Amino acid sequence: MYIKHLSLLNYKNLQEAELSFKNGINCLVGKNGAGKTNLLDALYYLSFCKSYFNAIDSQLVRHDQEFFMIQGRYHYQGQEEEIYAGLKKGQKKQFKRNKKEYQRLSEHIGLLPLVLISPGDERLITEGSDQRRKYLDGVLSQFDRWYLTAVLRYNRGLSQRNTLLKSAGRNWSSVAGQFEVWDSLLAQTGLHIFEARTRFITELEPVFQKFHRFISGGGEEVQMVYHSHHQRGALEELLRDSLERDAALGYTTRGIHRDDLELLLDGHPVRKVGSQGQKKTFFLALKLAQFEFLSKHFGYAPILLLDDMFDKLDDERAERLIELVGRPEFEQIFITHTQKERLMEIVQKTGKSYDFFVVNNGEIQPHEETL
Amino acid sequence: MSQVQYPSVLLENAVNEFARLPGIGRKTAMRLALFVLREKQEDVQRFAAALTTLREEIHYCEQCFNLSDASVCSICANARRDHTLVCVVETVRDVMAIENTQQYNGVYHVLGGVISPMDGIGPDDLTIQPLVDKVNSGAVKEVVFALSATMEGDTTNFFIYRKIAEAPVKVTTIARGVAVGDELEYADEITLGRSLVNRQPFDQAM
Ligand SMILES: [Zn+2]
Repeated sequence: MYIKHLSLLNYKNLQEAELSFKNGINCLVGKNGAGKTNLLDALYYLSFCKSYFNAIDSQLVRHDQEFFMIQGRYHYQGQEEEIYAGLKKGQKKQFKRNKKEYQRLSEHIGLLPLVLISPGDERLITEGSDQRRKYLDGVLSQFDRWYLTAVLRYNRGLSQRNTLLKSAGRNWSSVAGQFEVWDSLLAQTGLHIFEARTRFITELEPVFQKFHRFISGGGEEVQMVYHSHHQRGALEELLRDSLERDAALGYTTRGIHRDDLELLLDGHPVRKVGSQGQKKTFFLALKLAQFEFLSKHFGYAPILLLDDMFDKLDDERAERLIELVGRPEFEQIFITHTQKERLMEIVQKTGKSYDFFVVNNGEIQPHEETL
Repeated sequence: MSQVQYPSVLLENAVNEFARLPGIGRKTAMRLALFVLREKQEDVQRFAAALTTLREEIHYCEQCFNLSDASVCSICANARRDHTLVCVVETVRDVMAIENTQQYNGVYHVLGGVISPMDGIGPDDLTIQPLVDKVNSGAVKEVVFALSATMEGDTTNFFIYRKIAEAPVKVTTIARGVAVGDELEYADEITLGRSLVNRQPFDQAM
């Protein structure tokens, strides 16, 4: 699966583009702020029906314009698929496959797997546990619809329990009898999610370690440790025991919504002891592990987008990353970089076919010399 | 439309009232009000009378809490229906949906909603106690839960189940042909009919 052709209008700072891509490496070069990342984001939009960087669709429309549209022609299982995304300000977004509008966007997600790796993914390492849960949920729900349903149900039940906790101060006697049923259902749904996460992390760790070893050149011991209240006993009992405290705080302190995935470098949290480069290697390995999982699940390679990834890696690590993505498991790749010559050097080493595009002030042109 | 100057306070009042209805915005409310003005006076009177009579004279069946013109609804009053089989539903619309399947010959118990703290609905706001009383009286052989497969529906099922678990009654739930998370009302008749026929014991469904 790969994208053959992209046309777009008014997406972020990109006014208009008509581009043909290779099923190999597509390089986007230009200054910071020129619009390279916006092009990657347009590709992300066609796969996930939303932007990777901005949750509000209307803010994706180019300044002073009324609408945007993105259209991609994909080579998919021997056929051509045309995906259209369009938004007119103040209206519902349109999403079409071969000119037919989707009833639900969730029907589309998963059709065109894609992994975007960007410097902002450092959040996975440096920020709170919600970032790691989001990562787990994101990967798991791409190949397990049931998992997504369970998470949505759990979150709904959690909001209900929290509302009950907040009202408990005023009328304890009337709500006290209700906690048992909510606790029981939360424990039950939470247990399924806990088991799914446990299985997944057990499978993920060696893949993550493999990629980490490769990029770092070995010599560093890395681990992922899953922490969940479910490991401390039956959640129903934990919820019951913490009821008084929860009521005082007004929210639920036990459950899978507090899970964390601890990332260790030589036995210490990488968040605390890792250098910039080490942190980058960590999230790169996490995202590459995600890539391998999706490949295995779908039976074909997702599109890989590498946003500005060669900038802060030292030469050795950058070299290994390029050696890795040169392998046949990786098919279509998009890479952004500020320096054309440097990127040219890099991609030539992969032995894969490549094309260059120059991005300048929101305009994208195929680079003449490489045609 | 917020800054609209109405030529008449009477018109504005009517628009305000229409706009209170679910799913009606101010634009539609204005269209409806102007439509009423073009109607014959007796037609409008009949329309208004239907609404006030509905509100004043409708009964809730004293046995099942279904809507009814008399103190007991036509389903509960029907001697050919199996009064030992009680299907627990959220609303009157669910009764209508299940009746349309023509697969069910028992009676109903309308809860009036599901437990949902976020909507301010607790067990006491629903007709749970009359159901428990009915079961404890020994007149019921089987209770079938037919609530939405949402977290709230499941919680309500479970809440009731715990109250009647000791009574000599069989407790079943409709088979989940209805997709988890889907509202019962939107299930098509064939799926709904099949899930009633294939109902399963409640404790195994949990
Ligand atoms: Zn009745």
